[in-house]
Amino acid sequence: MAELREKAQLMSAQDLNRVIRRIANEIVEQNKGTDNMMLVGIHRRGVYLARRIQKIIEEVEGVKVPCGELDITLYRDDLTTLFEQPMVHSTRMPQDISGKKVFLVDDVLYTGRTVRAALEALVDLGRPAQVQLAVIIDRGHRELPIHADICGKNVPTSKNEVIEVRVSELDGKDEVVICERDA
Amino acid sequence: MSAMPSEAGQMVWRHKSVIDLDTWTKEELYFLLDQARHMENVMDRPIKKVPVLRGKMCVNLFFENSTRTRVSFELAEKMLSADVVNWSVSGSSTAKGETMRDTAWTLEAMGADIVVMRHGAVGAPQYLASKLKRAIVLNAGDGTHAHPTQALLDLYTAWKHLGPLEGKKIALIGDVLHSRVARSDVIGFKTIGCDVVLSGPPTMMPRDVEALGCKYERDPRKAVEGAEMVYLLRIQRERQQDGLFPSVDEYHTWWGADEDLMSYAKPGALAMHPGPINRGVEIASEVADGHQSVILEQVRSGVAIRMALLYLCGGGAR
Repeated sequence: MAELREKAQLMSAQDLNRVIRRIANEIVEQNKGTDNMMLVGIHRRGVYLARRIQKIIEEVEGVKVPCGELDITLYRDDLTTLFEQPMVHSTRMPQDISGKKVFLVDDVLYTGRTVRAALEALVDLGRPAQVQLAVIIDRGHRELPIHADICGKNVPTSKNEVIEVRVSELDGKDEVVICERDA
Repeated sequence: MSAMPSEAGQMVWRHKSVIDLDTWTKEELYFLLDQARHMENVMDRPIKKVPVLRGKMCVNLFFENSTRTRVSFELAEKMLSADVVNWSVSGSSTAKGETMRDTAWTLEAMGADIVVMRHGAVGAPQYLASKLKRAIVLNAGDGTHAHPTQALLDLYTAWKHLGPLEGKKIALIGDVLHSRVARSDVIGFKTIGCDVVLSGPPTMMPRDVEALGCKYERDPRKAVEGAEMVYLLRIQRERQQDGLFPSVDEYHTWWGADEDLMSYAKPGALAMHPGPINRGVEIASEVADGHQSVILEQVRSGVAIRMALLYLCGGGAR
């Protein structure tokens, strides 16, 4: 595996938190309130982002919307090509997702394959009334017809680059950086 | 249920075929237990199926009857969306004189990816694995040698109840000499850091218990003293004809687990058994059905742990 070299910071902690706040507000706005809504974070960073969105909505609206976590490992479409099986994480839903307006939350939207897997994993858990997608960064290069409903920032990238959304819960600090694979 | 240990770290999984646990590290055992926890989660869903082994062919090759282990593997395979073929010895071509080497090549020619094998002869799964070029073998019990998935499900059940198992004591009581379950459990529980004490009739003990890293206590009340797990091994009634114990009643009086014996263990100790149980022989109904019994949980754990093993060892490219 080629080394990753950090090229530039795209968002500081403050920038990232502003974006999360805006996404939280947009989610409530699109949902016209918090009724029947459910947040679902995709492992791993999406889980922490969804929890933060939940907290912001609680501050603003005074309602604690249910927040689940979804692991898509067992639904990946590239497993038969991998020699090492990726680690499975937990899938936890605080309540039945059937009939809910689900907001999927992830850090980066790239090929769209993670979201495809997430949709398949979701429908195995129940039948949501609606599923929407919120991401921090959309970096392009889609390989499937998938689109983010709410997006923090569009960042044009080359395939040689990697976007890392860092969250303090896992990475010790909040920021978004763009890295490049050394050839 | 006590608190779960925190998420295990990332790990490069090196095991493909699983014949015995003697090559496993403590970290690998814990990693598998952690993954089984997420697999158990799938069992609680309305749709008990994930597509992870879609297109993989599992052959359950059973030369000995074992409905429980076979069904447990089959459920695990099906929940992971594998294709399942049950190949049992009755009516198979082994009866017609086919060698195991030819069986191996036949399986591979049919496109098998994972072979789950139960055989009465020690080393049969190892031999089969050595003849397969692509498919992996998971040992579902070979002779008196090993039964790795039983030990893994026992570890998983104990870990779910007790948390980290280091330094905890388990007493294994019964026919250790003829038991592949005992052998694999000794290895598994020792590797993870438990204190293992054996008890049972001296005629049913291996000659050199210390070589296994265990202590032997003839008196089961002494063996279970301070134990958080009391594991009863199945007594095969035909052993009585071999003269290893005088009578079933006498065995029960001396080594059978009743409430009195459990009272010598640590309060709340788990009563465990690999099944099927002989009520009134190695275990009294008051213990088998009592609040300390985790015997049915062990059955459930078996499916989860086999799912984790099938995923980690049998998934992916080859």
